[in-house]
This record gives sequence, structure tokens and C-alpha cells, in this order.
Amino acid sequence: MADKNSFLLRIITPDRVFYENQVEMVEFNTTEGEIGVLPGHIPLTVIVKPGILNITETESDKEAALHAGFAEILPDRVTILAEIIEWPEEIDEERAEAAKERAEERLRSRTPETDIMRAETALQRAMARIEVLK
Amino acid sequence: MASMRDIKRRKSSIQGTQQITKAMKLVSTVKLQRARANAERSKEYFTCMYDTVNSILKRVGHIEHKFLTRGNSDKKAVIAITSNRGLAGGYNSNVVKLITRNPDWKKEDLCIYSLGNKGREAFLRYGYEVKDCDNEIVENPSYSDAMQLSSELLKAYAEGEIGEIYLAYTAFKNTVSHIPTLLKLLPVEVSAEEEKSEGAKAIMNFEPEDADTLDLIIPKYVTSLIYGALMESAASENGARMQAMDNATSNAEEMISDLALKYNRARQGSITQELTEIIAGAEALG
Repeated sequence: MADKNSFLLRIITPDRVFYENQVEMVEFNTTEGEIGVLPGHIPLTVIVKPGILNITETESDKEAALHAGFAEILPDRVTILAEIIEWPEEIDEERAEAAKERAEERLRSRTPETDIMRAETALQRAMARIEVLK
Repeated sequence: MASMRDIKRRKSSIQGTQQITKAMKLVSTVKLQRARANAERSKEYFTCMYDTVNSILKRVGHIEHKFLTRGNSDKKAVIAITSNRGLAGGYNSNVVKLITRNPDWKKEDLCIYSLGNKGREAFLRYGYEVKDCDNEIVENPSYSDAMQLSSELLKAYAEGEIGEIYLAYTAFKNTVSHIPTLLKLLPVEVSAEEEKSEGAKAIMNFEPEDADTLDLIIPKYVTSLIYGALMESAASENGARMQAMDNATSNAEEMISDLALKYNRARQGSITQELTEIIAGAEALG
């Protein structure tokens, strides 16, 4: 805790504690754009948008696909309440590709009944999954 | 006195029942362990969510927001979590009683979202308005099920069909104590004692604005509460069943030993009788 170069990152999902460790930086996508958090950030609550979560630990980097939830940022600690989050090894690439195509198809051939918001979110999710695998 | 054969038959039938209750107890013990581990793992999210929402609400104060003020409708939606199967002691009836015996509620104002077949049957019998829900959810609750249910309810709330949302479930305290609980989901109320305990907290900023954040967070909050309740109820159900089956097994044990005594007495009685008859016969001949 005394270490000024790191802060405690906790990522909690409804089923488990996904990640808990001291980290140097965390980056993710929010409704207001991408955000990178360093130690000593002002208190802030943000809503997560589908994208890649990038964790910088002292010696290594970690990536995960973060899809929904919100984050509470405090100077010495960040808590991400994630509804859906996956490590790269948990992602089924073929399924993500299929979902991407489906969503794109829906957006292309849009009719008045198409739920555009839903299709776009689905597309963002699929893209985040594919991106994180690369 | 019942005949020896009757007692024997009765005893073996009870022994059969005891074997079943014993097996059911073992099954629910295993299920309980699993459900309990799940409930404990999800608790972290649950409490974190609760704390965060509370701190946000404290900060924004009493603003006009659709989720914080009571809807115009008198209708109250109640999510009642019960089980699909019986033989769990008072587990189901306690949740049902929580709703039917509530003095402040009128039957006409309620709309029950019943998860679990036992509760559904009971509410229909009492003549409540019951919305059809997927009963399979309670067997193996998943987060997406909770999400679906909460979005359905929030939609009805936003459209003004219902004015308040409650959640009736069984809180899991420990293996032997399960408390039927009624929780108000919407409008969100910050409890007074909670407010005092965390006086000095850093000023929180929001991106986007407060009201927009609430729009997004409260549905997640409701979902997480429903999910947490489902998990706890699953653990409670198995705990209640385990207890009920344990009682049934020990009752059977008691009955069996009682019958064994009766059987021995009857056997002794019949031997004595036979002897008396033989002796009497011999005496008559001699």
C-alpha cells in the first residue's frame, strides 16, 4: 500500500473474484472513451463499454475482454464490477467470429424493427473478443 | 394388540421410508455444499454493488429520478423465490406466508412474479395475480436469467405499470438458519444507519453525469440483488431440505425402535399363550 507506483485492482464478477492484485496501470473502454488509470487518480465512477482491459503489472502485462459493468476509481484502489469479462484463453474464437458476422449482417440489412443498439453492442463485444486474442 | 405380522409389515415399510429420507439427506447435503460455495463467491459482487450504489445515492442526495421516486401506480410487483420440489420443511410456505400475511398489502394490488413451482401453486390457490416465469431458473440460477427478469420488471416500472418492486426470498445465514426476507428493490431507498456509518468519504466524480450513471447502474444493481437472492435461496432450499430429511430420518428411527419393542412384546405374548394352551391341554388329558 505504501508503494506509490502501484494500486490495488479488484475485478469482481457475479460468479467469482476475477482478478485481485497490485498493478501499475489499468486501461479500459468506457462510455466516455478509453481511459488509462494510474495510481493517485481522482475518485471517479465510470460505466464500462465493451473493449479490451489492459493490466500493467510490475513485470508483465495482462489482457482480458471486458464487456459490461462499471468501475469505481479511488486514488489507491480500483474496483471493477464486471458483468461479463473473459481471459483470452476462455474465448471461443469461432463463436466470436460468427457473432461478429451476425451482428454486421443485422446492421447492414437493417429494417425498422432492427434493434440497432443491441446489434451494435453485440458487434462491439465480438470485436473486443477477437481483438484480445490477437 | 396388533398382530405380529402387521407390526412386521409396518416396520419394514418405515425402514423403506427411512432409507429414502436418508438418501435424500445425503443428496441435499452435497447440493448444499455446492450451492453454498456459489452463494459465497457471488456475495462479494453483491456487497460491492450494494456499497457502491449506496455511496452514489448518498452523494447525489435526493434528486428527482425515475428509479428513486415511487411510481404512480398502486401495483406492487413481488418476486417470490421458492423451489420446484417439496419436502423441504417450511422453506416454501415461509416465503408464501411472508406475502400473504403482510398486513399492509392488499391482494388486488399485488402482482407476483413467482420463481419456483411450489410458490406458484400456492399463490394461484390463494387467488393472487401470478405472472408466468421460468421455473427452471431456481434450479441452476445464472446471471443472464436474473438480467432478463430485471429488465422485464424495469420496463414495466418505467412504463408505469407497477409502482414498487419487492423481492421475497430466503436468506442463507448458515446451514441451520434460513431467514425468509422481504426486500424492497425499487424505488431505491438508502437505509439510515448505513448513511451514518460512512460519513467521511472522498468526493466521487461521475462520468457521465449523475443521473445518466444512475440510469445505467440501477438496472445492474437490481439484477445483482435478484441474482444474489437466487443464489442464497438455492443454498437455503438445500439446507432446509437437509434439515427436514434429517428430522424425518430420526423420526423414522424412533418409530422403528418403538415398533421393535411392540413386536418383541407381541412375540413373547404369543409364546406365553401357546405354552399356556399346551400345559392346559396336557393337564386336561392327564
